[in-house]
Amino acid sequence: MINDNTEAKGLTSVEITDLINLVKKIHGFDFSGYSKASLKRRLTRIMQLKRLEYYDLKHLLINDNTFFQHFLEEVTVNVTEMFRDPLFYKALNSQVLPYLSTFQHIKIWSAGCSTGEEVYSLAILLKEMGLQAKSFIYGTDINTEVLKEAKRGIYSLRKIKSYAENYQYSGLPGTVTDHFTILYDAATIHTELKQNTLFSVHNLISDNVFNEFQLISCRNVFIYFESNLQEKILDLFYRSLCPLGFLCLGSKEAIRSDSFKRRFKTVNAKENIYQKIGA
Amino acid sequence: MELNDDIKKRWQDSKILLLGGSAGSFKLLFRAVKYFTPSLNKTVIIIIHRKKNFLSEIEKLFAEHSRMYLREVGDKDSIENNAIYIAPANYHTLVESETQFSLDVSDAVWYSKPSIDVTFESAADVFKNKCTAILLSGANQDGAEGLLKLRKQGSLTIVQDPADAEMADMPNAAINIKAADYILNTEEIFQLLQI
Repeated sequence: MINDNTEAKGLTSVEITDLINLVKKIHGFDFSGYSKASLKRRLTRIMQLKRLEYYDLKHLLINDNTFFQHFLEEVTVNVTEMFRDPLFYKALNSQVLPYLSTFQHIKIWSAGCSTGEEVYSLAILLKEMGLQAKSFIYGTDINTEVLKEAKRGIYSLRKIKSYAENYQYSGLPGTVTDHFTILYDAATIHTELKQNTLFSVHNLISDNVFNEFQLISCRNVFIYFESNLQEKILDLFYRSLCPLGFLCLGSKEAIRSDSFKRRFKTVNAKENIYQKIGA
Repeated sequence: MELNDDIKKRWQDSKILLLGGSAGSFKLLFRAVKYFTPSLNKTVIIIIHRKKNFLSEIEKLFAEHSRMYLREVGDKDSIENNAIYIAPANYHTLVESETQFSLDVSDAVWYSKPSIDVTFESAADVFKNKCTAILLSGANQDGAEGLLKLRKQGSLTIVQDPADAEMADMPNAAINIKAADYILNTEEIFQLLQI
């Protein structure tokens, strides 16, 4: 074993619990049900980026409101892609949309939508399938800053180009840039794709049902939650879905609890697409 | 080379085997996967760099040739003895507790997702000195920092001999920051795995 006293010590679990309690008391955000390994990584990263010691971080969290907005943005992971897991979109297209197309309206909730890439991917898919006119997509996140970006729908051209491969694998016609107006390095999503979307703040942990949906997509959000919290939010989704509505989780996030396995039928086990059944 | 008693003892005492590799590491990893039997009495966690949208061919091939329980890590999967876990593409794999994994989609580290550093660092946090970690061939410096953390926690850390690795950058990066207890070539690594 070797020792190196020059390196800063990592956060202890007591310090992490302390920070969680602080944020809950002062700002009303409850991170106690978050996966600890990832949370620790995020907190450590903030301290490194801002060159903060543990006590500096505490001080800022107590006294500086603008810092908290930034903290929230850093502590929650906002990495997203258009058409992430292209085969998921293919499965939606072949197994879910034919069913939903028989409905009069298709209301979709993209929960934890971050900067909006998933909302616009869904909007593109619906448009290509001729379902756009009767669809409406709600994108929600706990983070107001990322929602501003989502609403704008402007991305760097480099970023959009990096989604070209995903788009191609999803099986949709044309290319991803067909859906954007490009000016220099800025790619702006076509206005018609923004028409039937609404972005708004919603906290999965503390807020309740706000509408009834035919499809809820919550992908790569559960990975940040411990099992108990996942179940609480599954219940929220269950209550937010219409009878026989669909729930889509990330490709590595399966429903594990027995009670919810009984209330959701598996439509696609690989892509984790479920359908609400039972009472 | 004859392996010394220190390395033998620490290998035998470890509960977790971490294998990290990138370009040029596939052959060795495949040979290891084919070699392991339940007499190993450890948990094996493999992090190998690959592209997203590349359809889990590695898992399929590994599973077909393994005599152990083998799966790609899913969110909150449990960590069992005598099982081989492969970090999925386009996620970071973290050790949440001694009995559970968790996943993360945050930014790539050294252009890599899965990143070896991320898994090694969280394994160092949770398993402390209970691991043996081997860093293999690769063309960037992912894994070096994580290996150093493991070494500081008292885990056994091994780097593939750069002269023996197809791509020497990754082993060299680890050696440069003194993350390695031992530098072994392929045959020595398999000598150790046989003990």
